[in-house]
Amino acid sequence: MLQDKDRIFQNLYGYGDWGLEGAKKRGAWDDTKGLLEKGKDWIINEMKASGLRGRGGAGFPTGLKWSFMPKPDPARPSYLVVNADESEPGTCKDREIMRNDPHLLVEGCLVAGFAMGASAAYIYLRGEFIFERERLQAAVDQAYAANLVGQNNVHGYPFEVYVHHGAGAYICGEETALLESLEGKKGMPRLKPPFPANMGLYGCPTTVNNVESIAVAPTILRRGAAWFAGFGAKNNAGTKLFSISGHVNKPCNVEEAMSIPFRELIDKHCGGVRGGWDNLLAVIPGGSSVRCVPSHEIIDCPMDFDSLSKLKSGLGTAAVIVMDKSTDIIRAIARLSHFYKHESCGQCTPCREGTGWMYRVMERMVEGRAQKKEIDMLFDVSKQIEGHTICALGDAAAWPIQGLITHFRPVIEARIDSYTARADRDAVKVAAQ
Amino acid sequence: MSVRRLAEKQPESFEFTPENRAWLDAQIVKYPPGRQASAVIPALWQAQKQHDYWLPQKAIEKVADLLDMPYIRVLEIATFYTMFNLEPVGKYFIQLCGTTPCMLRGSDDLIRICEDRIGEQRHVTADGLFSWLEVECLGACCNAPMVQINDDYYEDLDTATFTKLLDDLAAGRPVHIGPQNGRLRSEPLGGLTALADFYGVDGKSGPLSDPQAALQPANPAK
Repeated sequence: MLQDKDRIFQNLYGYGDWGLEGAKKRGAWDDTKGLLEKGKDWIINEMKASGLRGRGGAGFPTGLKWSFMPKPDPARPSYLVVNADESEPGTCKDREIMRNDPHLLVEGCLVAGFAMGASAAYIYLRGEFIFERERLQAAVDQAYAANLVGQNNVHGYPFEVYVHHGAGAYICGEETALLESLEGKKGMPRLKPPFPANMGLYGCPTTVNNVESIAVAPTILRRGAAWFAGFGAKNNAGTKLFSISGHVNKPCNVEEAMSIPFRELIDKHCGGVRGGWDNLLAVIPGGSSVRCVPSHEIIDCPMDFDSLSKLKSGLGTAAVIVMDKSTDIIRAIARLSHFYKHESCGQCTPCREGTGWMYRVMERMVEGRAQKKEIDMLFDVSKQIEGHTICALGDAAAWPIQGLITHFRPVIEARIDSYTARADRDAVKVAAQ
Repeated sequence: MSVRRLAEKQPESFEFTPENRAWLDAQIVKYPPGRQASAVIPALWQAQKQHDYWLPQKAIEKVADLLDMPYIRVLEIATFYTMFNLEPVGKYFIQLCGTTPCMLRGSDDLIRICEDRIGEQRHVTADGLFSWLEVECLGACCNAPMVQINDDYYEDLDTATFTKLLDDLAAGRPVHIGPQNGRLRSEPLGGLTALADFYGVDGKSGPLSDPQAALQPANPAK
């Protein structure tokens, strides 16, 4: 069991002081200068050794990502961009960091920015997080007032931190769409290559990291890579914020050790599944974009990247959406199809047309107003969308449907049968009138 | 994607207040010289807030002029990003999250309440007080179901608390922002299972507990 002293986000629930004094009491901004004096290479090696994998969903090793940045060039500044466009359905962890422990993020920006030779950090929040933005801005202002960041700060590394925001577009959580949006354009993803590390914000070298990845960095460096690597299974190191929503008795955000078994996570922090474990139907373990997993597969599964990808799902953002047996699973997934239809940016044809097509078919499947051969057709079309778009939104729209068909085909078929039976009866009634 | 068009009835002109103009100037300097277009979303957002929470065409053109951008580029932004309201909204504009995590916890009931009390989506009530819209995930899934009314989140709702919330707003009574079931943030209801060493099981009795923090609503009342 993860002990409180090993939790990085010690004010996750906002019962303590969010401000600079409170953050310092909890260990933030403690000898940050000393960390920077150990040098870039030490920081990057330590981050690599810690085994931290990006917390935004893809799980790319953070230290490795930082090492991709080219050598600083005075004519071409480098940027750190923090992705705080938290919009993946089920995910609400970064919000808690920004409103309750914002200094961890501000300090993380300085440390990460130093390690990659960046001159400034832009933190891109989703537009709806208005209070979180004000809180984060207040923390940045405190850091400037205390001369912790800025041009002549006490750490001896000139570095600016700016808070920026979007205005309601899920797609801006995709890193290149986020950069487009930050440049004042529509959030339409860019083709890669060139990758942001070479051509990112304003054509300059840029690294885009999730809030949680950046906010944990200073604590990892202070306590040592070995400490962080000591949690979780091999290749899935560290502690992680889990957002548990849906049909549990007490939904909550919680920081736990990676690889904690699903059942333990739910029993310990969420008061169990609504109606008991026998009432569990399925779980979407990593935010809406991953495939759902039926109860018998997930119950004893360790919650980490590798274990969940073995189940053809994923840890994603660790947004655990729990569904009990009262759930209309077809409707739950159809609602996600509506989400992706709504959020497709419209740039690539397979996604723009495909998300709408899949949604319309899914709506019929909810009623059962379909033919059974359409289930295979839907699966086939989802495969045509997956992998044929610039960004991963097409994939993300396809996977929930594929998960549904793989695990719950009998439910869809039963719904179609029931509709057909009803339709016949209704037809007879109409004829008799 | 969704179809978004400008309102048919448009005001004659739009001008930023001097305070908002100064605010915008302060935003532009956050970006490198020549990159003032980066401030377009904050600028439009400020314009919308100034203009009763919706964005008229003249404001779009004003922002384009101030940021030295072609009108069409700013119009693209205004129609692409769904938080920009292109037509008038109620004094209390309810954005109701209907995505799966909220749906699982009863957002259907809240939708029904909105339909009964307010009417169709985007329809503004005759007294001008309310309009509502079903939106996609607002990122407060551990506090589902929830709505955002203007700037603030109201979370952990059920039919009773949501009805009361609308009653209170309609009557001009003060409301509690944030979770409506006694939670402070997104901790488990009824006692901490983590961080109790620092804050006690009730959150208020540990060595790091801050009495002021426990009193603050999840979002500050303005």
